[in-house]
Amino acid sequence: MARRVGLEVSLACSEAVKLCNVDVVAAYPITPQTHIVEHLSELVADGHLDAEFVPVESEHSAMSACIGASAAGARTFTSTASQGLALMHEMLFIASGLRLPIVMAVANRSLSAPISIWNDHSDIMAERDVGWIQVFAENGQEVLDLTIHAYKVAEDPRVLLPVAVNLDGFILTHVIEPIEIPDQAEVDAYLPPYTPQMRLDIANPVSMGMVGVPEVYTEARKACLVALEGSYEVIKEHWEGFAQHFGRRYQPIETYQAEGAETLFVTMGSLGETCMTAVDQMREQGQSVGQVRIRLWRPFPVDDFVEAVKGAKRLVVIDRALQPGSASGPVATELKALLYDRGIEMYVANFVAGLSGRDVTRADFAAMAQRVEAAQAAGQPMTCEMWGVKE
Amino acid sequence: MADEGMQSWKTLALGCAMTEPGSSKRFNTGDWRSGRRPVTDREKCIKCGKCYILCPDMCYSPDPEAEGYYLWDSFYCKGCGICIHECPKDAISWQDEKEEDTHGAACGS
Ligand code: SF4
Ligand code: SF4
Repeated sequence: MARRVGLEVSLACSEAVKLCNVDVVAAYPITPQTHIVEHLSELVADGHLDAEFVPVESEHSAMSACIGASAAGARTFTSTASQGLALMHEMLFIASGLRLPIVMAVANRSLSAPISIWNDHSDIMAERDVGWIQVFAENGQEVLDLTIHAYKVAEDPRVLLPVAVNLDGFILTHVIEPIEIPDQAEVDAYLPPYTPQMRLDIANPVSMGMVGVPEVYTEARKACLVALEGSYEVIKEHWEGFAQHFGRRYQPIETYQAEGAETLFVTMGSLGETCMTAVDQMREQGQSVGQVRIRLWRPFPVDDFVEAVKGAKRLVVIDRALQPGSASGPVATELKALLYDRGIEMYVANFVAGLSGRDVTRADFAAMAQRVEAAQAAGQPMTCEMWGVKE
Repeated sequence: MADEGMQSWKTLALGCAMTEPGSSKRFNTGDWRSGRRPVTDREKCIKCGKCYILCPDMCYSPDPEAEGYYLWDSFYCKGCGICIHECPKDAISWQDEKEEDTHGAACGS
């Protein structure tokens, strides 16, 4: 039987990794990810997890070690944040290009300069195009669930791609929440041992990471692209299976009070939970507001999103990262492009809010909605505004 | 673009892996040379083996028929010129690719 315990979310992530019975963990500690790998190293040292823990000297090495281990057929895990993720950058393309089902928890944090250990999505947005599946958790239970689901998807022979599970630094990682931890037997029934489709094996030699001459490179990238796009159906299928096994249901795009709402907030990550309570409050005051939450960021679930926002008068898109030099933040840019493609005319307002852990409160959401309505009524665009900047 | 040497993305191995061992033997990197090739003058050669040791593509191999001398491999030589630079006796020099090479032997093809 599953047990419900009060647990720090970082530790819940480590417990999920343990339940997935990984073979290799290679990681370097960085705030706010540290507790995840610290706990994993304890689990290995104390004999609770039969895995190789590789205490590497950098995140670049962490991802390199995971790539090597995964290529050899091991189930692998790593976790990082911010500068650490940035240091992994070049290796992230290699993990997806070689089709290695590595799972990584990213404890989202801003990037220097100035130095910030606090939460926003600057780190993962800079890695948006590395060819990984990318999902976002809103609370601790989701971190545990999405981590288990990540292995199920990554290792599916129809997918074979790495998965990044994003959890907001501190706001999630350092908070103790009630979390339902499934039994080992329950997880085993959902997630069978990893069967590599191809691995480094002396008896059956292959070369991985070959040169892709101009005659090959385009086709090689195309194959990865198709795998990423194709992962969408598999992700949904395994979320369905997850619901049957564990009773908790996930969707690529999730909504809250969105039906018939004139104003829809679009959020990604833990800010979504604050937004839900803001929506409740605003609805009590008679406002027609709702919320659309992006759970699956890559591959982007275009049809689900279009379906979720159908009929709304305006979107208020909250970005947690800047896209310097572009008209809007990364999420708003994505959404505007897909709406335009579908010929859907909709007023899309964009705020970049909550940089470096700055609080975004219910009052902020209410104020945003008010501003957007006024701007739209006045016929003014709200392409992108940094929320709460002290002038 | 001619599609010589091209393959559908659907038939590439997973992760663009190479599943056939030793296939680089068929990959003529010698055609990267641009118009000239190194040629050894055995009259000047003192059999020091520097070309053999220092060629980054291991294009020189001991000549089984003339001890101490080296054969040159047209299939892999990329024409970097390191052997020419390193030879202490200036025994290796460029020759126009079209001219007949009298000392080297293409052993890869
Ligand atoms: S030119 Fe360069 S590649 Fe060719 S034989 Fe000399 S050292 Fe080797
Ligand atoms: S480096 Fe020059 S002298 Fe030495 S073996 Fe080669 S060709 Fe002969």
